[in-house]
Amino acid sequence: MSAAPTSDGRVLRIEGLHKSFGKLEVLKGIDLALSEHEVVCLIGASGSGKSTLLRCIDLLEPIDRGRIVIHGEDVTRRGVDVNRVRRRIGIVFQAFNLFPHMTVLRNVTLGPTEALKLSRSEAEARALELLERFGLADKKDDYPDRLSGGQQQRVAIIRSLAMQPDILLLDEVTSALDPELVSGVLDLIRELARAGMTMVIATHEMGFARDIANRVCFLDQGVILEEGPPDQIFSSPREPRTQEFLQSILEAGRM
Amino acid sequence: MSVPGGGGAPELFEMPPGEPDLPRGRSGLLSGLSQEGAKGVLIAVVSTVVVFFVLGWVVVHSENWPEVKRAFFNGAEFKDTFPGIASRFLRNVEYFLIAEVFILAWALTLAVMRSLPGPVFFPLRLMSILYTDFFRGIPTVLVVYLLGFGVPAMQLPGVPRSNAFWAVVALILSYSAYVAEVYRAGIESIHPSQVASARSLGLTRMQSLRFVVIPQAVRRVIPPLLNDFVGLQKDTALVAFVVAVPEAFKQAQLEQYADFNFTPYLGAAIMFLIVTIPMTRLVDWLIQRERARRQAGGGL
Ligand SMILES: Nc1ncnc2c1ncn2[C@@H]1O[C@H](COP(=O)(O)OP(=O)(O)OP(=O)(O)O)[C@@H](O)[C@H]1O
Ligand SMILES: [Mg+2]
Repeated sequence: MSAAPTSDGRVLRIEGLHKSFGKLEVLKGIDLALSEHEVVCLIGASGSGKSTLLRCIDLLEPIDRGRIVIHGEDVTRRGVDVNRVRRRIGIVFQAFNLFPHMTVLRNVTLGPTEALKLSRSEAEARALELLERFGLADKKDDYPDRLSGGQQQRVAIIRSLAMQPDILLLDEVTSALDPELVSGVLDLIRELARAGMTMVIATHEMGFARDIANRVCFLDQGVILEEGPPDQIFSSPREPRTQEFLQSILEAGRM
Repeated sequence: MSVPGGGGAPELFEMPPGEPDLPRGRSGLLSGLSQEGAKGVLIAVVSTVVVFFVLGWVVVHSENWPEVKRAFFNGAEFKDTFPGIASRFLRNVEYFLIAEVFILAWALTLAVMRSLPGPVFFPLRLMSILYTDFFRGIPTVLVVYLLGFGVPAMQLPGVPRSNAFWAVVALILSYSAYVAEVYRAGIESIHPSQVASARSLGLTRMQSLRFVVIPQAVRRVIPPLLNDFVGLQKDTALVAFVVAVPEAFKQAQLEQYADFNFTPYLGAAIMFLIVTIPMTRLVDWLIQRERARRQAGGGL
């Protein structure tokens, strides 16, 4: 959100990204670029590599080939300080992964105090502001197991936001939630989009993707097979495989 | 809803030296009673009294009982020697406390060394593995002899000459190997997603260990750690083999030599039991509680 955009104005640019797990090649040349304030949704069948792509962007998985460039800096070159890069990228997982031995407040301040070296009081002020904004201030002293799944997931997103990342990666953040808890989390993400957060969102919620994304990318067999504005992808997909995928989602009643 | 990766510590129980396995399958001693109500308690009390009475009667009326009694349960001898032994036991407690502090720190260092990933840390991992294999592979009493007699005998300048000092060092070195394994099981039981979360916030590997992994790991291994404490408290008696200044066991030995009677050992045993039984019960209780919590689907 803050760092100066480079000449091409891209927050994130991925070029020819390849990633294998042993013999299994999961990503076979991904190209993707995001401008500031852009929201991109990744859709695709289970196992198509959405999570893997997001984890690669956050440098949680080593990549085999290709480049990831953030604000003009190649973060996949040798010798790059991965911790510094990760501080600029927020990632939230399907399973929240809050730290169960810490209060909500400490979960949110840990990154700022330890990775950003903010003072405890600065970090807490920042955390409280976020918790307040998303209606969780009264939970600040609770431990995660006292929270509903939806609240936990919102705290997990806030934990990432407290780092004031340039870009936020969300990996199916609602799929582990009971249906009635989903909307609270989606509302939070909508609010972030309105506030101009640059985001890559892997999701199975097609309705949500349609209404929040500037662009939708359909991931299939390790490549982005088709991408475009949500209306085009959802109403008139060009690729037969995209049509097939959307049809199967439709039949499963998830759209 | 429970957090995947947050629940369910695996079985972490590392056996301390020479200890029988922990009871895993059964429930607590008293747990069956509470369900049965007052009637159950009454039956338990009556049958216990009967069983112990019968056992006692058989022993006391056996042919050799008078001799056994004279040798092991000699009232006069007990009264005579027990106060001395009991006061010597303070020394065992002291050895225990000093050793425990160092064991907890050194073992954690070993466990962390072993958990460091990547080729750069291979030497550290290897050292940690060799260390734990070595000290788990030799009897603790041997290490106590080796260091307790060996080091003072070398008369190195600037090195403590006290046998007791080196005997305690031996306990520290030996027990750290076991405790390191307990810690390691705890560290490995923390789901990788916890580390991924910490690293994704930009925390370094060391920060992730310090703030996220170790606090959770230690909490999970408290029962098996306490179990090793019990073993250590007992093994402070090994110091007896190398010292001139007696602790409880040595004191009992001296009394036995003086009076040709084994009752002093009973006194020493009682002192150990006073400390170890509550610890053992505590371990059991913690394990029960942990199991109940896990069944209730709680988090940590
Ligand atoms: N750490 C790993 N080791 C080995 N294989 C892996 C690993 N992580 C993912 N894979 C494999 O890579 C493929 C892509 O997985 P990924 O989790 O990225 O898919 P996804 O699109 O996120 O699926 P879903 O929609 O089910 O979340 C799968 O075949 C998976 O089995
Ligand atoms: Mg996934």
